[in-house]
Amino acid sequence: MSHPLAFHNARLVDPDSGHDGPGALLVADGLIAEVSKGSDFNNLAADVEIIDCGGAMLAPGLIDLRVKTGEPGAETRETLQSAALAAAAGGVTTFVVQPDTHPAVDEPSVVDFILRRARDIDAARILCAGAATRGLRGEQMAEIGLMAEAGCVYVTDVDRPIVDSRVMRRVMAYANTFDLAVAHRPGDAWLSKGAVATEGAFAAHLGLPSAPAVAELIGLERDLALAGLTGARLLVDQITTAGALEALARGKARGVRATATASINHLSFNELDIGDYRTFARLDPPLRSEDDRQALIEALAAGLVDIVVSAHAPAPPEEKRLPFDEAAPGGVGLETLLPALLAFHHDERIALIDLIRAVTLAPARFLGLPGGRLAVGAPADLVLCDLDAPVVIDADRLVSKSKNSPFDGRRLQGRVLRTIVGGSTTYAGA
Amino acid sequence: MTVIAPGIEEVRDRTFPFPHRHFLSALDLNIVEAGQLLDLADGFVALNRQTNKKLDLLKGRTLMNLFFENSTRTQASFELAGKRLGADVMNMSVGSSSVAKGETLIDTAVTLNAMQPDLLVVRHGSSGAAALLAQKVGCSVINAGDGQHEHPTQALLDALSMRRAFGAVAGLTVAICGDVLHSRVARSNVNLLNVLGANVRLVGPPTLMPAGAERWGAEVFHDLEAGIAGADVVMMLRLQLERMQGALVPSTREYFRFWGLDREKLKAASDGVRVMHPGPMNRGVEIDSDVADDPAISLIQDQVEMGVAARMAVLASLSARLDNHR
Repeated sequence: MSHPLAFHNARLVDPDSGHDGPGALLVADGLIAEVSKGSDFNNLAADVEIIDCGGAMLAPGLIDLRVKTGEPGAETRETLQSAALAAAAGGVTTFVVQPDTHPAVDEPSVVDFILRRARDIDAARILCAGAATRGLRGEQMAEIGLMAEAGCVYVTDVDRPIVDSRVMRRVMAYANTFDLAVAHRPGDAWLSKGAVATEGAFAAHLGLPSAPAVAELIGLERDLALAGLTGARLLVDQITTAGALEALARGKARGVRATATASINHLSFNELDIGDYRTFARLDPPLRSEDDRQALIEALAAGLVDIVVSAHAPAPPEEKRLPFDEAAPGGVGLETLLPALLAFHHDERIALIDLIRAVTLAPARFLGLPGGRLAVGAPADLVLCDLDAPVVIDADRLVSKSKNSPFDGRRLQGRVLRTIVGGSTTYAGA
Repeated sequence: MTVIAPGIEEVRDRTFPFPHRHFLSALDLNIVEAGQLLDLADGFVALNRQTNKKLDLLKGRTLMNLFFENSTRTQASFELAGKRLGADVMNMSVGSSSVAKGETLIDTAVTLNAMQPDLLVVRHGSSGAAALLAQKVGCSVINAGDGQHEHPTQALLDALSMRRAFGAVAGLTVAICGDVLHSRVARSNVNLLNVLGANVRLVGPPTLMPAGAERWGAEVFHDLEAGIAGADVVMMLRLQLERMQGALVPSTREYFRFWGLDREKLKAASDGVRVMHPGPMNRGVEIDSDVADDPAISLIQDQVEMGVAARMAVLASLSARLDNHR
């Protein structure tokens, strides 16, 4: 165990206590040992290393609910280790890997494989989601109970929709007995079939196969109704459209146990970003209209959307340097999540503490983790960030093994200075 | 250089050189460039009607036809255009064979690029494929159809056919009818006809009309007779017969009843109306043979002839630019 650390002269942002202000924080034995909301510590023991934060933000480390690697099966995209290093560089201290690997995470031995690999990786805490159905085919239920025992944190078929409503209902009811939430990306599979863009004048002009935005609303209404019917916890995976947000608000109001995520991509880009057939902006769900993006930002500000995810989806050049409709969807995001999110703070759209909550406390609560807060006894998973430092995202310089960042070339503000997991520094930036 | 056809040298030597390295989209053209291409193509039409059809404008140049989708007509048209201008022409019908071997579009193109072609004519089933290639190769890329995006030389030959039939394109009312949703011909035509000042209408059932088409600079109609009322040009689009599968239209006979063009429906158009079709036609599905084969009405055979001339104009303009950069 590393020696104790004292962070002095910090801007503490703790969504749990609601504190956003000057303070100091003491880390010992991998946990947060003391929090001072105000002045620095006096009379510290001699072995304590003091870090002068220079007014930079000290917040709980980010918890990212939706990260893909290529391990096992497609390690050229990303390994658990390379994803952990990318996470550390982005201030992410915990992330959940998705089960759409080869083999798929649809039985306990694969959960066990991933978690054993994760134990050997220090750069981040890695958790594992299990498949909802075998092979993510949407037909036969995966071994949800055994995977729960092995340590999976929720179940999902990731980007493959569970088309059969009867299967969806049964997965929800069954997973609920093991207190596992079901994550599902809302959508109508038939309306969306083959689509790589959102229907509208722009996609039509580009000649790209597209699906109407209402496909998401239709799918979400079903998922909410089934969650209400079964009493299960639903994680609405990457809500993107204004219509679906209204449905989500109605569902939450009538007591459906729904938690919703938004991807940083859909908060930051709109459909026009696929102009020139830029495959780095080929995402799934596809980018939406600017009206939808604005509605999503409002929903995040209002707390209707609970959690922001990076939707980290690494793809090497051979999967991206293709015609738009043949290119792999998704973008890497672990390293850009925090600075991209801070754009809404700098634009004065959303309070800093609310933004931080959506990537720390809210996902921690969803997963039942003790982290995501600056409280005595909580794990010392922290990020120290210069909020104002300008950065130009250069995809080639990302730590991630794949460089497919839709933020390539974007000017943002916010530089991670240091990332700490369990009291140990996992990343120290320039 | 032996100039056999009138006007070609004059057009070619105008002080305003063709500014594009590639020919990817009708949207890239402004009215001056489009007019210049049409003028040049007019000269090539005259050339192509002579006994000696051969020029040496592209002498020493290599033209590669890279077709990922089969198209005998377009490929032949480009091949003839290249040969008449004196280029060495090579045809590559890639089909799906190299894709099956795991080679990507870019791998194929980079391999061919290493053989030092000057002009690469590409047809591919994915929208944006030609633009993607243009970023990766050193030669001029000509889009011969990319997915459902654009087919700009088709728009050029259509404009040439209209200009020769009516004297000018500006002010014409052109109704483009049928499967607009899946048609790259429709998109390129809307773009170029707007540049040239025509009034453009799009006509077809709502299932075959793209979302937001009314924002392209065209009026949208779902009723054929209303859509072609008073039109100078009626351009019928090919209905791919596999469209029946996706619940887009119920049957060919129902399609023909409501959106197929026959002499009766054509009465709604203006008196001197001319009918066009990019081919190949589905007779009795989108167009009645009676109309398609009437030389007083149909421009369909002219379109094929204009195709070679329009492509010669594009090749000559692009290669003139290559000369300037020597």
